Amino acid sequence: MLAALAAPKGGGAGGNGPPRGRPKAARAFVSFPRPGATDMLYREAGQFKTTYAADTAMFPILQDRIGFVALLLVAFVAVPILASPYLFSAILIPFLILSLAAIGLNILTGYAGQLSLGAAAFMAVGAFASYNFVLRIPGIPLLLAFAGGGVMAAAVGLVFGLPSLRIRGFYLAVATLAAQFFILWALTKIGWFTNYNASGVITAQQIVILGRAFDTPQEKYLLVLAIVTAMAFAAKNMGRGNIGRQWMAIRDMDVAAEVIGIRPMRAKLLAFAVSSFYCGVAGALFAYAYLGTVEPEAYNLDLSFRILFMIIIGGVGTVLGSFLGSAFIVILPIALNMLVTWLDGTLHLNVASSAASNVELMVFGGLIIFFLIVEPHGLARIWQIAKEKLRLWPFPH
Amino acid sequence: MKAWLAGVLGLALLAGATACGAQNEQFIPILSYRVGPYAAGGSGYFGGAIDYFTLVNMNGGINGVKLVWEECETEYNAARGVECYERLKTRHGGATTVDPLSTGIAYGLFERAANDKIPMTTNGYGLAISADGRVFPWVFPLGTTYWDQAAAMVAFLGQKVGGDANLKGKKIAFLYHDSAYGKEPIPVLDALAAQKGFELTKIALIPPGNTQESQWLQVRQLRPDYVILWGYGVMNPTALKTAAKFGFPRDHIIGVWWAGSEEDVIPAGDAAKGYITAAFSAHGTNFPVMQDIQKKVYGAGKGNLEDKARMGSIYHTRGVTYGIMIVEAIRTAQNKYGKGKVMTPEQVRWGLEHLDLSEARLKELGASGLFPPVKTSCLDHEGSGMVKFEQWDGKQFHNLTPFMAGDRALVRKMVEDGANKYASEKKISPRDCGKEG
Repeated sequence: MLAALAAPKGGGAGGNGPPRGRPKAARAFVSFPRPGATDMLYREAGQFKTTYAADTAMFPILQDRIGFVALLLVAFVAVPILASPYLFSAILIPFLILSLAAIGLNILTGYAGQLSLGAAAFMAVGAFASYNFVLRIPGIPLLLAFAGGGVMAAAVGLVFGLPSLRIRGFYLAVATLAAQFFILWALTKIGWFTNYNASGVITAQQIVILGRAFDTPQEKYLLVLAIVTAMAFAAKNMGRGNIGRQWMAIRDMDVAAEVIGIRPMRAKLLAFAVSSFYCGVAGALFAYAYLGTVEPEAYNLDLSFRILFMIIIGGVGTVLGSFLGSAFIVILPIALNMLVTWLDGTLHLNVASSAASNVELMVFGGLIIFFLIVEPHGLARIWQIAKEKLRLWPFPH
Repeated sequence: MKAWLAGVLGLALLAGATACGAQNEQFIPILSYRVGPYAAGGSGYFGGAIDYFTLVNMNGGINGVKLVWEECETEYNAARGVECYERLKTRHGGATTVDPLSTGIAYGLFERAANDKIPMTTNGYGLAISADGRVFPWVFPLGTTYWDQAAAMVAFLGQKVGGDANLKGKKIAFLYHDSAYGKEPIPVLDALAAQKGFELTKIALIPPGNTQESQWLQVRQLRPDYVILWGYGVMNPTALKTAAKFGFPRDHIIGVWWAGSEEDVIPAGDAAKGYITAAFSAHGTNFPVMQDIQKKVYGAGKGNLEDKARMGSIYHTRGVTYGIMIVEAIRTAQNKYGKGKVMTPEQVRWGLEHLDLSEARLKELGASGLFPPVKTSCLDHEGSGMVKFEQWDGKQFHNLTPFMAGDRALVRKMVEDGANKYASEKKISPRDCGKEG
């Protein structure tokens, strides 16, 4: 974990960065056609970058652009047509929402290097704030309420980010742990947040945007997908831009960053605010598009840890890694569970139910260890290596 | 990313293909949890329910309709529970009814189950206000709720001090799990404190609650006459051990029923002796229905409990109680919509709403005394509100009282007020129960 957090990162998300250690210009402008690689799918022969804009594009390689557009088409068109309500409401929606939370934590931990254990608490702030905005401001547009939830989370995140100016590393992690406990305590303790609900829970209001109700799993999925896509793009661009570079400079060595003129206070607090904003919106979506009725306990420390594991396994400091990590943590246990049940059913193994549940946990734990040993930099790094190999395949020399 | 999508799609298709719609079978999804910190509760409860379903099937089903169930591990986690519900709800021709035995999951299913028109039972947990069937047509907290339990506790304490009038001026400390679950009874306790004139001090126990010195120090300074312990999990034995350390008499501690199983007192050892707890069902193997399960189900090696010694334990009998209520609701529905037919979830909902488990019927089922008679209606989805109190002697729980109720009129009024508030917040127009059949 430490190695993953401390290691310097390549060119960021998307996996298009140059291999570590090689100067960026080596590939950026000069893409020689490689001898023999004439009929390979993934080659960039002939793709010359003639402008700075082309060089700094989010997806500099044509195949990546095609692949990404295809992926968006699948997500926005094919999946809504083909997927079942089960896939929407049990798999895809939580996967996307937690990806967004992971992006949020990745901004703070991955880009700016500030370890945080409070992601779920900031999600709770977003959810409870959105609920109160809708409840107390009649006629407020729901998307604005989500954004308001994010802003409230950002404000709270800013406060709990203050210790980061003095302490770092594990000590900061403990300080953010305080956020986790304090926020949930406050939400449970102060009745106003839950509109004095006797059980201390909130029930998310119906999702209505521009007079249109989003009731079916499919509609909720599209709403979540649109928000997550837009925010993921924003995160990716922030990471590539001025502010992202400031964060990475702070992460890699804050003294040196200060020497070259980056203000640590501004950069660190901005990272806390932006990260908490992302988590806040994710938390609001978690309540509105996924669970419906939530208690503060739904955003417990366990969820914070799961989000942290997502970015560690997915890849610290990458947007792609947030999605991969979320898929790993959200979907893999379910798939394993189904696999065990299915094997049990078809092969008539008659496994005891508790044994089946334990097998799932054991395999899942084993896989986490496997991936961390094989690639401590996360699944996004595996993807990147695969692409590097693919560019040279089948003549690696 | 496309690869995993294809993988998941493939898996889902495979899973879907194996679960073809069966003909004469009534499907009940089991959202169990058999791993993690709450495994003792989950395995006992759902083990009991499955044991009873197995018994019903061995006796020929419900008028010939066999029960079929499928388990899904929720780990007591709201997100996993929702996934399990979504996964199982379409299997075997569709889920009939669901019970997650977890407040967090139940919250997640409130609207889903209502939208899918699948009735959800939350026996002995969940939202107390959901007992109002006008606002919550699809939720059934069968038997009793936390609010009725809190009222019954006060009534029991009234008996202990020799009449409600003597409660005046008494000090009661309420030690609670600092969460939605622990806070649930506070409105009822507050109302009763104002009415009866006892002094209620609320002391929060921070989950998981494995150190409680400061809270019990507060108790010692306060010198309350009684302590109500509203804990869960490891918090309960710790509370009893810490109380012993601070010299607070355990027979003056009244536990919530989720603090009242063997798993809660045995780890506390001698410190638990004399501890009193509420219960919504009896336990033990003396009931004819439990004897049947032991002989027929476990005799044939089909029992669900891995540890046979837990047969008849508190969680196991709670599961059997749940099983009986569900089977009887399906039977009630069959009496109206056709015997020997598979009931739709809507029809089972009708059955749950017209459940009439009288003393005589319980006797026929071999469950007389296992739980109090339950009679539900459109207005009242709870149907009983009775609680009994038991005392741990170091080896087993003994009955202190028969099933008894607290101030049900007060609770009912608070339930209706709460449900009305919920309805106006959610813009639900309550059903008119006068018009329902």
